[in-house]
Amino acid sequence: MSQPKALVLRSAGTNCEDETGRALTLAGARTDILHFRRLVADPGRLADYRIVVVPGGFSFGDDIAAGRVWGAELRAHLAREMRAFVAGGGLVLGVCNGFQVLLEAGLFEPDRRPEERSIALYENASNHYECRWIHLETQDTVCPWLVPGERFPVPVAHAEGRFVVRDDSTLKRLIEGRQVALTYVNEDGSPPEYPADPNGSVHHIAGICDPTGRVLGLMPHPERNISPLNHPQWTRLPKREEGEGLAFYRRMVETATAAPV
Amino acid sequence: MPPSAAASPNAETAPGRPDWPDCPEAWRVEVFKRVEFDDPEGTHALAAIRELGIASVTRARLGRGFLLPPTLERDAVDRIAGELLADPVLDEARVTAPGEPPSVPGGVRRVLIARKPGVMDPVALTTARAIARTGLVSGTVADDAAELAVATFQAWELEGAPSDAEVDTIARRLLANEVIEDIHAGTEGLFYGRPQAGAAHGAVTVALRDASDAQLEELSAEGVLALNLTEMRAIQEHYRGLEREPTACELETLAQTWSEHCKHKTFRGLIEMDGELIDDLLMSTIARATHELDKDWCISVFHDNAGIVAFDEGWDLAFKVETHNHPSAIDPYGGAGTGIGGVIRDIMGVGLGAKPIANTDAFFVGPMELPPEDVPKGTMHPRRILRGVVAGVRDYGNRMGIPTLSGGVWFDEGYVANPLVFAGTVGLIPRDCATKSVEPGDVVLVVGGRTGRDGIHGATFSSVELHDESETVSAAAVQIGDPIMEKRVLDALLVARDRKLYRGITDCGAGGLSSAVGEMGEHCGAEVQLDQVPLKYPGLTPEEIWISEAQERMVLAVPPENLAECLAVFAAEDVEATPIGHFTDTKRLVLTAHGEIVGELDMQFLHDGTPRPTRQAEWRAPELADPGCPPADDHGATLLALLGCPNIASKEWIVRQYDHEVQGTSVVKPMVGARMDGPSDGAVIKPLPDSRKGAAIGCAASSRYGRLDPGAMAEAVIDEALRNVVATGGDPARTALLDNFAWGNCDKPEQLGALVLAAKGCYRAAMAYGTPFISGKDSLNNEYRVGDETLSIPPTLFVSALAIVPNVERAVTMDVKRSDDLIMLVGTTRGELGGSEYLAQRGLAGGTVPRPDLAKAPALFAKLHSAMRMGYVRACHDLSEGGLAVAAAEMSLAGGRGMDLDLAMIDHADWPAAYDEDATLLYSESCTRFLVEVEPGKKFPFQTKLMGHVCIPLGRVAKTDRLKIKGTDGGLVVDLQGDELRAAFQSGFQG
Repeated sequence: MSQPKALVLRSAGTNCEDETGRALTLAGARTDILHFRRLVADPGRLADYRIVVVPGGFSFGDDIAAGRVWGAELRAHLAREMRAFVAGGGLVLGVCNGFQVLLEAGLFEPDRRPEERSIALYENASNHYECRWIHLETQDTVCPWLVPGERFPVPVAHAEGRFVVRDDSTLKRLIEGRQVALTYVNEDGSPPEYPADPNGSVHHIAGICDPTGRVLGLMPHPERNISPLNHPQWTRLPKREEGEGLAFYRRMVETATAAPV
Repeated sequence: MPPSAAASPNAETAPGRPDWPDCPEAWRVEVFKRVEFDDPEGTHALAAIRELGIASVTRARLGRGFLLPPTLERDAVDRIAGELLADPVLDEARVTAPGEPPSVPGGVRRVLIARKPGVMDPVALTTARAIARTGLVSGTVADDAAELAVATFQAWELEGAPSDAEVDTIARRLLANEVIEDIHAGTEGLFYGRPQAGAAHGAVTVALRDASDAQLEELSAEGVLALNLTEMRAIQEHYRGLEREPTACELETLAQTWSEHCKHKTFRGLIEMDGELIDDLLMSTIARATHELDKDWCISVFHDNAGIVAFDEGWDLAFKVETHNHPSAIDPYGGAGTGIGGVIRDIMGVGLGAKPIANTDAFFVGPMELPPEDVPKGTMHPRRILRGVVAGVRDYGNRMGIPTLSGGVWFDEGYVANPLVFAGTVGLIPRDCATKSVEPGDVVLVVGGRTGRDGIHGATFSSVELHDESETVSAAAVQIGDPIMEKRVLDALLVARDRKLYRGITDCGAGGLSSAVGEMGEHCGAEVQLDQVPLKYPGLTPEEIWISEAQERMVLAVPPENLAECLAVFAAEDVEATPIGHFTDTKRLVLTAHGEIVGELDMQFLHDGTPRPTRQAEWRAPELADPGCPPADDHGATLLALLGCPNIASKEWIVRQYDHEVQGTSVVKPMVGARMDGPSDGAVIKPLPDSRKGAAIGCAASSRYGRLDPGAMAEAVIDEALRNVVATGGDPARTALLDNFAWGNCDKPEQLGALVLAAKGCYRAAMAYGTPFISGKDSLNNEYRVGDETLSIPPTLFVSALAIVPNVERAVTMDVKRSDDLIMLVGTTRGELGGSEYLAQRGLAGGTVPRPDLAKAPALFAKLHSAMRMGYVRACHDLSEGGLAVAAAEMSLAGGRGMDLDLAMIDHADWPAAYDEDATLLYSESCTRFLVEVEPGKKFPFQTKLMGHVCIPLGRVAKTDRLKIKGTDGGLVVDLQGDELRAAFQSGFQG
């Protein structure tokens, strides 16, 4: 089995490309980090990769709205190429600001025009940036590389992560389409309140995928839970071999490896 | 066009009347949240309006406003509004044609807030670029956004029936900062156009040679040169010798370079105190300790942008802490943001450039509960200041992707009119990048942001006292940060560094280009063409260009053969890089504009011509009786009150707004424990993925000790900074210190005397602990004048510590972990309550300030660290504000487990009768003490390690959640449930 190649995109204000690249490398991928303008200049490079990740940060300062400007640029310059990449079996991941970017770029609703978008991420109910560890639970989802029912700790760090929908039918469509991939839960799996749900998302949604399952976006940062020492309570926990976020990336890489080209 | 089309409300016109003559000639887009979604900014503002005591407003909504060029077609504007500015789910966009009044919902009061012309507006720049680059205008994708002038504003809509006066109060005290923003209430007029700058001109000379002393002083004051008469005379003498008048550029350059901020005239000057003549206080105390200790792991000390210490194979760590007090006083958000932005650039510009890996911050502000009527004129309420500085650090540090890991907040009446803001950055730098050089012929390359009128006279402004008109006259001294610009500069810089494309670098900080180029060219010379500097808008004079403190700029010395490749590296990251001159071998600084020489200075006079007058210093201890340590009626209630007092209460509301996880390197986080609500003593990071070595970061200060005993304060604060790093696993033998002095006006002998005593304390402690200072910064003249009265801040020494953690897997957190483990008290408790929280709570002044036993304390730190490396320590917390009682409570609430402790176990010397035994044991703030959790089987080896020091089993971790402390007479004096402790600890100001 060949080692799949993963591409981490960055832009002005991206700031998680190093730890995201490291996580992918540890998970078994050959990883490149590339400024997206170089991809715009030569979109054919996408064909070299099985995985594209849009990492966290503050692309373009989150000016106007989080992920808005980079999302608009991807939509303007790489929409066709990204759609073809997903149709060809490629996996796309957006973490935190990357999730906001993919959402703005329209990758979760590929058949809709920008003004028809039905989902959004906006200011946390607390109205401020928040950095803390929370628990995620994987839902019954079409995303091919998540294991439903799994619960794991990861940090969140964002100001605009509240997932909202245009109307109830949108939520119904997402649930029935098994696009709700990850939700915030209490450590014991029970439904959370603030701050276990750090932003007040509808249905406590932390991450969703597109109808194919091959595009996943989530607000929390699995790449910040790779070493056992990343966990805020490691001094009081039994010894662990690795952080839970590593398995998240490893399964993604394994799925990319197994997928037919 | 006038600078601001409509600055005052027109009382005769009813709000909403659609005949404003001054509506901007631009498309106006206002983006509001749809009514079915809550508007968090509006909700937040409404809460703050209530806090102002205004009940008449029932709802507040924020519209984000944009002004777009009138030349755009309607279709294009609609697309821009629908696809870029508004969210299709959340927002509704109101589009108004150029010159037209907007249609406004009935029954609302509108307040428009727009940046003053010329004030940096990053969102407008991003918007213009995005419009150009996404083909939203007639399908073309253009890289040049210059033709697309975009402006932004806020449109607030207040529902209810606020009076005009209330709207005015809300606008001024809450929504706008009039230093940088204009308020338009009751009008729809907005400024749209190019800012007005001073008329550009060539060389201008200043008549100095024949000026009288009075005229010299007047020149200095009018020009905000902050030069005293002796210095003005020295300049006059110099130009008499040259037989010509100075140019404005030369005078400004001298003022910037000789400023207290850049030159540290007080610390490096001559001081006479008690018959002793001190020649250079820095070299004879703080730096002297560094030189005498002569540690081989000190790679670069004092002379560069930051100190550098050895870290691991091939890697070093750089650390710098800066102050940004005066800008933060008049614009807390912008001042603190550019403060952290500036210290990050210090790290980017140390050696050949380091990668920033951690930020620290500390604030000293007035009491949160200060009655509004006690806020001096020209000053903001401490709450607004604290919220503003927190948001400023948050928005800059988070955007840069640097974890903010350590810091503190101190509250004291003495900071009401003059808050202090400290910001620090740690950087990781390859071993071979620690030194820089400049060669004649190297290109002077300025990279990053453009230059505008922002931040004129920042360096000299910081060297004068604030007064009640500071807000208005110093507007130009305020800078606005653009963190993403700085991030782009960083991304490009590290590429250029690793390709070795430049050999010298420094940041543009105080004094702007004048300081940066002047410093780099000090030993060779430089020639700069000021007309080549890229400007935000035309019309700047040469001297404005030269001293502007516009942010996010750095200067590189690039060998000519590398220039093309260097320019390409910056272009790839969208960073402007412009050659503006070259370094020479003339030992002269030559400034030209459009071929004309506008300034020519001898480098030696510029850097060494500062006169060194002798200043007088004296110290008289305040005459206060020692109040001892009175007994407490109820220790439980006392402890709860202490836990909730401002200096002790949880700062989690601040910590959580900072990203402390980015880069994935934090090992000991700012909040730890079973619920992650315990206050960590320090932070530990593991910057290299393949190494177990870590770095512990800690800091300390006191606002009270220094008033009583500046020397003891210095020693105590250094001891606390060391406790913080040692408690988390840092090696005291590999700890470096940074000093930051914030003081009053040192022209006053008693202020200078306190400074001398504190600096001497620094020397004694650094020598005793073997911990060299590697960098520092002083901010003097922290005074505030209201009418005839001058108020001085408390003498404040902020000390930061950076310690190597040999193996991060042995790092320790402060939360108790297992029932039945022993709780050991390490270190000697004395009757030291001077400046303590306990006495402050009782309104008592005076007393003995804690002072470490410098003969014994260093060994205690070494032994405790050794015990940690052996794995004997399960939890460790230092004893500081609030003493033993508070430390025990914090460990207990953090671990979610109680403790059973017995004060009778503590052997101590006899204290005078005025010292109640239980109260002294519980609340004394004696230095070099820790509470340590040790598993029962390791008690003997732990005590053996600590041989020669007080190391007492005080009790055990309980099976329950109750903290119980027995007094010396055997009765329970504290018996509190964990939830009570937690509630008290979290009861303070929450933002």
